[in-house]
Parts: sequence; C-alpha cells; structure tokens
Amino acid sequence: MKVLCVCGMGFGTSIILKMNAEKALAKLDVPAEVTTSDVSTARGSAQGADLILTSAELADKLEGVAAPVEVITNFMDAAEIESALAKHLT
Amino acid sequence: MALNLSTVLPDSAVVLGARPSDWREAVRVAGEALVRSGCTTEPYTRAMVQAVEDLGPYIVIAPGIAIAHARPSEAVVRSGLSWVRLAVPVNFGHTHNDPVHLVIGLAARNPQDHLKVMSAVAGALADKKQAAALAAASKGEQIRAILAASAG
Repeated sequence: MKVLCVCGMGFGTSIILKMNAEKALAKLDVPAEVTTSDVSTARGSAQGADLILTSAELADKLEGVAAPVEVITNFMDAAEIESALAKHLT
Repeated sequence: MALNLSTVLPDSAVVLGARPSDWREAVRVAGEALVRSGCTTEPYTRAMVQAVEDLGPYIVIAPGIAIAHARPSEAVVRSGLSWVRLAVPVNFGHTHNDPVHLVIGLAARNPQDHLKVMSAVAGALADKKQAAALAAASKGEQIRAILAASAG
C-alpha cells in the first residue's frame, strides 16, 4: 500500500504524520510505503498513491487529486490514524 | 549517530511561561529562540509567521501543540529546535486543536536533517507519561532528558 502524507512544507509536520502512520500500518500488519510531500507537489506525488493523509486546512487544496484523502485532526493520535487507514485496506 | 540534544535544543532556545498576546507573537517567540541559539536569522522568524498566514494553522498538529517552521533556506544557519511553553494558551484558529500551549520551533538546513529529532519529539509527545513530564518540566535539561529517553 502506498500512503502519501501531505503537509505545508513536506517536512516537519508531515514527518510526524509519516512516523505515526508507519506505526499504525505495522500494527495493522499492512506492508506499506509511506512518503511525504508538500501541498504544492502533492498532486503529482498522488499519482500511484493508494491513500493521502493530511490535515483539514490542507485537504481543501487537494480537491480532485488521484487518490482518496483522509483528514487527520490529531497527528499524535494513533487510533485516529489507524481507523483512517483501516477504511482503505483492500 | 547519537542525538546531540544540547546542540539541537540548548537552554537559550527554551522559553517556559511565555505570554504572547496572539498566535503571531507566539510563533515569533519560537523564532526568536532559534535566533538566540544561533540556529537561524530573523528572516526565518518572518517566514514561520508567513507560513501560517499562507497555509492556515496546519502547524497545530495535535490538541495544544504547534510545530512552527518554514522552508529550509539561507536563513537557517544550522538545524535545531526551540521549545516555547505558554503560560496562557492562545488560539491559532484551528477548528479542532486550539488553544495552543506549546510551540515547538523547527529549523532544518534540509528536509532530512530533522528525522531523528522529530522522532524523539513525536515519540515523547505521543506517550501520555512523557507528555505530562514535558508539560511539567521547569528546566531545559529536564526537557532534553525526556527527549533523549524517547529517542532510545
């Protein structure tokens, strides 16, 4: 599964989201590749992603991208991230 | 590679009991702490405020916690963190995670520079006991000790 974490700058906040997404994926026992990007390159990076995780403010800017978008309110909340991921497991 | 927290987060970059009047001032306090510790120059502080003006308060990534930062640029002398705990929380206009009581300033020379440090910060904040200890810390060295323990 390919997961793209999108934040404003592509580092900083998306690294936190990426780390917690990787932990959640390991817990769900799903092999996955998690990458990060900033909001301006997300459209391109979204090609080939199965799922995009981002924050509410930035989700609006991702309208119409190639992959489904899940909004994460609390980047530190493992349960929230797990349930967002679980919705998209095949 | 050991995490050298005393370089990344020296006492000069730790502010406890700050009282900014609004979110812009809160971000500026985090930026000034980075300048004080020698990590950045003043343009970076302006860029940190501008980032929120341009993209909204996405930096408030969890209830009460904001990670203030801007793109790597020449205004970053070396990578590092600042730690600003607010005596009075401020609103950043985030729909879910306001008000903010902790602003962590982040400066990186390049996007990779922060991985270890951010993992330690993220790990410590995600653990309830460590997060409570961080909120109660009264000295820079206590904060560094908690982050070092989280880095493992």
